[in-house]
Amino acid sequence: MKFKFSFLLAIMIAFVLVLAACGGDDDDSESEDQDSGTEDTEQEDTDSEDDTDSESEGDDAAEGGDGEGGTLVYARGGDSESLDYASTTDGESSRVTKQIYESLLDFEEDSFEIKAGLAHDWDVNDDGTVYTFHLEEGVTFHDGSDFNAEAVKTNFERWADPEHEFAFEDDGYVYSMYGTMFGGFQGDDGHVIDEINVVSDHEIEFVLSEPLGFFLQNMAMSYFAITSPQALEEYGPEISENPVGTGPFQFENWSRDDQIVLSKFDDYREEGLPVLDEVIFQVIPDNAARLIALNSGEVHIMDGLNPDDAAGVDSDENLELYTREANNVGYVGFNNEKIDDADVRRAINHAIDRQAIADALYAGYAIPAVTPVPPGYLGYNDELESYEYDPELAQEMLADAGYEDGMEIELWTMPVARPYMPDPETVAEIIQNNLSEVGVEAEIVREEWAPYLERTSAGDHEMFMLGWSGTNGDPDYFLGPLLHGSNVGESNRTFYQNDEVDELLDQAKRAVDQDERAELYQEAQALIYEDSPMVPLVHSEPVLASSSVVENYVPHPSTSESLKEVELNQ
Amino acid sequence: MLAYTMRRLLMLIPVLLGMTLITFSIVHLIPGNPAQVILGETATQSAIDDLERQMGLTEPYLVQYGVYLADVFQGDLGQSLRTRGSITNEIGPRIAATFELTFFAMLWAVFVGINAGIISAWRQNSWFDFLAMFFALVGVSMPIFWLALMEQWLFAQELGWLPAYGRQSSVDPIEPITYFFVIDSILHMEFDRLVTVLRHLVLPAIALGTIPMAIIARMTRSSMLEVMKSDYVRTVRAKGSGQFIVIYKHALRNALIPVLTVIGLQTGVLLGGAILTETIFSWPGIGRYVYEGINYRDYPVIQSGILVVAFLFVIINLIVDLLYAFIDPRIKY
Repeated sequence: MKFKFSFLLAIMIAFVLVLAACGGDDDDSESEDQDSGTEDTEQEDTDSEDDTDSESEGDDAAEGGDGEGGTLVYARGGDSESLDYASTTDGESSRVTKQIYESLLDFEEDSFEIKAGLAHDWDVNDDGTVYTFHLEEGVTFHDGSDFNAEAVKTNFERWADPEHEFAFEDDGYVYSMYGTMFGGFQGDDGHVIDEINVVSDHEIEFVLSEPLGFFLQNMAMSYFAITSPQALEEYGPEISENPVGTGPFQFENWSRDDQIVLSKFDDYREEGLPVLDEVIFQVIPDNAARLIALNSGEVHIMDGLNPDDAAGVDSDENLELYTREANNVGYVGFNNEKIDDADVRRAINHAIDRQAIADALYAGYAIPAVTPVPPGYLGYNDELESYEYDPELAQEMLADAGYEDGMEIELWTMPVARPYMPDPETVAEIIQNNLSEVGVEAEIVREEWAPYLERTSAGDHEMFMLGWSGTNGDPDYFLGPLLHGSNVGESNRTFYQNDEVDELLDQAKRAVDQDERAELYQEAQALIYEDSPMVPLVHSEPVLASSSVVENYVPHPSTSESLKEVELNQ
Repeated sequence: MLAYTMRRLLMLIPVLLGMTLITFSIVHLIPGNPAQVILGETATQSAIDDLERQMGLTEPYLVQYGVYLADVFQGDLGQSLRTRGSITNEIGPRIAATFELTFFAMLWAVFVGINAGIISAWRQNSWFDFLAMFFALVGVSMPIFWLALMEQWLFAQELGWLPAYGRQSSVDPIEPITYFFVIDSILHMEFDRLVTVLRHLVLPAIALGTIPMAIIARMTRSSMLEVMKSDYVRTVRAKGSGQFIVIYKHALRNALIPVLTVIGLQTGVLLGGAILTETIFSWPGIGRYVYEGINYRDYPVIQSGILVVAFLFVIINLIVDLLYAFIDPRIKY
C-alpha cells in the first residue's frame, strides 16, 4: 500500500519536473538564453558587452516573429491609468504614450533642451506673444489620416474648452496638466492661449494673451502630444484605450495590470526607425520580483530598481545600470506663518544632515539639495552652497533666537513612498534625531495621504515632508507652485510669501529671453536661500537596469523616453 | 435538497445587500478624497474640484449608494474612477486569473495535504509523522512573500527552470476566449502554449497552496486519528480488509467532513486574499485589483471587487454544504 502513495507522489514530482524541463516553448528559450549568457561571460571575460551575438539563437526575434528588430520587454511597477495622455498626470501613462504619440517639439534624449518634433521649425515675435510652428509634411497618423495644422488645433481646443465635442467632459475627462501649464482653461483669467490660427496646412500660430517664458518647454511635453482627430471621432471617450498618434510605435493591445503591447509603425516619418518590431510594457509590481525577472532573462529593462540593489547590478556583467538625471526634490517645509523667525529656520537647516540621508536612503544616488530647483535646470544657482551640517552652530543660532532651552515642533511625515522620498518614515526618524541633538524636540505626526495633502494645504502643520517632480523641465514649475505667494494654501504648503521673490518669479515667467530668465531665477533662489522657508533635502537620481543586450537606451529625467532607437543586440 | 438549495440561493440576496452596505460605508470612511489621491501632490485645487465633480463625488452619500445599487441590479458594476473603464469588463479576466491560480493551488494543497495527513495518522509518531507535521508547522508559519521570492530566486533566476512572473509568455500571448488560459490553450489546440501556461502556474500555485496544504494536513491527521479509533474501523479490520481499503474506503470518508469544511474556507480565503502571491508573481487577479482600488480610493472598484468575492465565498460555502450530503448520506437537507 505504501507503494501506492509513493507512486502518486512520484507522478506528481515527475509532472512538475517535466513542466520545468520540457523544451520547445518560449520561456524555455528565454532561460536557455540566460544560461548561454552566463556561459558567455564566464568564457570570454574580456569581451565587451556588445559582443553577445552567440546569445541570440531562440530569443525574442524568433518569438516576436515579425522581423529583425525583435521584441523588447520593459518591466515596470504599475500599470498606466489611461492612454489619453492629456487627461491624466500619471507617469506610467506618459511612459507608454511617449512611444505612440509625438508633440510639436521634443526634449533632447537625456535633458530638457528643446528640439524639433512634429514641428521642424518655429518662430516667436519680439514680445513673445505669437508663436508660429512649421509642421512636418507628409506625416500620417497610425490610422492613415494626415497630420496637419487642423489636427493640432483640434487637440488644443479639445483640452482648453470643456464644451468641445471631443472634450468628453461627461465621461469624466479632466485635462489638469493643461490647466496647470497654460494657466487654466478657456474663459479663465490666467489662460494664456488666446487664439490658435491655422495659417496654412502645415503652419500654425498660437496667440498668447501674455508672454509665457516656458511656452516652448510645454510644447515638448508628452502631455501635449497630438492625437488623430479621425480617431477621436471614431472612438469618442474610448480614445483612452485606443490611442492613435504619429509616433514610432502603434498600439496593439492592453490587458490591464498586465501588459501593453505596441508594434512598429511602418510609415514612421523618420527613415529606419524604430529599430524594434515590438515593445511590451509589462507590469511586475514587486521590485525584487522585477529584478529576478531581469536576471532570469524574461524582461530586458526594468524601471524602479532599489538603490540598494544598484551595486549588485553594476558589478553584474549581464546587466547594465542607468541613472536618470535628478528631476525632483524632496524637502522638509516649515509653516512660515507659525515658524516665522528666519533664524530658527536657518538653524534647523544647519541641523539636518543631508548627506547622511542621501547615503542611508538612496545608497548615494541622490544629490544634497540647495534650493528646490534640480541641478542642470535653467537658472540653477550654483553659487549657493547647501547649509552646512553643523549642530553646534545650529544650537548657537537657536540660543540667539531665544530658544536656549530648546523647543518643541511637530514634524508631519508623508504616508506614501515617492521617488523623491522612498522611505519617508526613516527620513523622519533621521531628522528627529538630528533635531534632538540641537535641543529641538520633534513629534512625528502621521496622516493618511489625501488628508495629509489637504491639511498641509490648509496649514495645520508646523513642519512637513513632501517633494515635487518636474514635468516640463522649467524652473518655474518648481519655484512657482512651491514658493510663489499666490499659491499659498494650495501647492505652496510652506505659506512662504515674499513680494520680492514673487515679483522676480512673475518677471521670469513672462520673459522670453532664456538668459534673462536664468538670471531672474538665480536671483530669486538667492533670496529664497536666505529666507530658508524650507529645508531642501535631496534631488534623487532614480536607478534602473537593463540586460546587456539592450543598446541605445537613454533614460530621460522625465521618466518618459522614446524607445525608437533602442536595439536588441543578439 | 432542491428546496434547500433554492432557499440558500435566496438568502444570498440579503447577504449581498448587507455586503454592499457595509463595503460602501467602510470605503467612505477611509479618509481622503479620491480626486486628491489620483492627482497627487502636484495637483491644483481647481483640478481636484473638477475631477471630484466629474466623478460624481459631490453628490450626497445616499444618492451615490442608490446610484450604485441601481447599477448593480442591472448587472453593471459601475465605472472605475481611476481608469474610467467598465468594472464589469475589467473584473471578468481577473476572476478567471484568480480562479485558475486558486484551482491549481488547492489541487496541490488538497492532494499533498490529505495524503500527508493520512500517512501521518496511519503511522502516528513515526518519523514520517514528525517530519510531515514539522513541515506543516513551518508551512503555516512561513510568510508567503518570502517563500514566493525564494522560489523565484531559485527556480527562475538560479536554475532557470520556470518563469518568474505572469500567467503566460509576455511575447507570445494566447488569444483569450474564457480567460482561463489552461482552457483557452486547449480550445485553441495549442499545446505548446498549454505547457507554457502550466509552467507559469507551478511557482505561484505552490506558494499560494502551502498554507492551505499545511492546514489540511493537520486537520486530516487529527480527524483521521479520531476515526481510526472508532468501532467500525476495528470491525472492518477484523473482517480482514487490507490497510488501503480500511483507510481510503472506510475511514477517510468519515474523516473528510471537517477537512472539507477547511478546504471550502481556505478556497474562499485564497479567492479573496491572494494579494501577496498575485503581487509578487504579477498575477493580474482579483486580489490585486481590489488592492490597487484601495490605494487609489477607487470606491466602485473596491465595492464591486468585494461584492464579487463575497458572492464567490457564499457560493463555495453552499457547494461545501451540498458535498456533505454527498459524502455522508446521513446528512439530509
